[in-house]
Amino acid sequence: MLNGMLGKKLGMTQIFTKEGEVIPVTVIKAGPCFVIQKKSKAHEGYESIQLGFIEKKKERVNKPLSGHFTKAKTPTFYHLKEFKGKTLDQYQLGQKVTCDSVFKVGEYVDVSGRTKGRGFTGVMKRWDFSGGPGSHGSMFNKAPGSIGSSSDPSRVYKGMRMAGHYGNEKDTTQNLQIVGVRPEDNIVLVKGGVPGPVNSVVEIRKAKKKGSSKK
Amino acid sequence: MNPLSNIEKEYLRTDVPEFRPGDTVQVNIKIKEGDKERIQAFAGTVIRKRGNGVRSTITVRKVSSGVGVERTFPLNSPAIESIKVAGKGSVRRAKLYYLRALKGKAARIKEEA
Repeated sequence: MLNGMLGKKLGMTQIFTKEGEVIPVTVIKAGPCFVIQKKSKAHEGYESIQLGFIEKKKERVNKPLSGHFTKAKTPTFYHLKEFKGKTLDQYQLGQKVTCDSVFKVGEYVDVSGRTKGRGFTGVMKRWDFSGGPGSHGSMFNKAPGSIGSSSDPSRVYKGMRMAGHYGNEKDTTQNLQIVGVRPEDNIVLVKGGVPGPVNSVVEIRKAKKKGSSKK
Repeated sequence: MNPLSNIEKEYLRTDVPEFRPGDTVQVNIKIKEGDKERIQAFAGTVIRKRGNGVRSTITVRKVSSGVGVERTFPLNSPAIESIKVAGKGSVRRAKLYYLRALKGKAARIKEEA
């Protein structure tokens, strides 16, 4: 069984348990994905399966890639991603992978996505600096403050937290519980938030830490 | 159509009566004690309605032995057995936070004619 698949974040809402408890959920349209390539120990040195997600018009695919899709005898896709798993022999090239074949309610997953781009931001937003007083004429409002000592060491240490580009980078939220799987709509409900804006592509994998089979 | 509305629709309750801030309501809440379930009522004035769809909540305020008590309920929660509207009030704003500062006679709400 594959240990993950690709999905599209549709947004957040809330659902209720029978007892009336509110569960905040992220709605993810997971798949359908298609098996594009099978990597084997003999050929590539490791076993994995490459999945395609979100169909793309054939005319928009360049020649090398379109040959890749022809091999699998599938339509063409925007997103390709490799996933590992157990007993990958059961998957055939071109096979459709649906969310109910990968995820079960109650399991824990890690979700990766690309965070919202925030552009060039100051240290308060980017590094959670506390900043200075807002009033009483302090004039030290959102500035970073000192960035190190003087003649010794005569330089700024590497990795000093400063203003700069923030967001639009890969981020993973770990150990989110699956609270709903709806194969009829290809929808997976995950408890809690996941990185990225609505309509962005996310990668859902079985949790590395919580509830993993390596126990 | 909003793709989330299909999911929210399943959790929307259709038996919620119509009422507005200023109205007097009695909210019957299911309470689980061990394996027994009983119903507890919370009656008071609606001082706020917020949110929409499945996420909407109401806040009910009452004065219990001289102490103001407010409880917020998710309107679509299955823990709510029923909501009974006991009276219509005539108020001029949507959020009745000013009631918190008033006591006794001043905190009354005129009934709708």
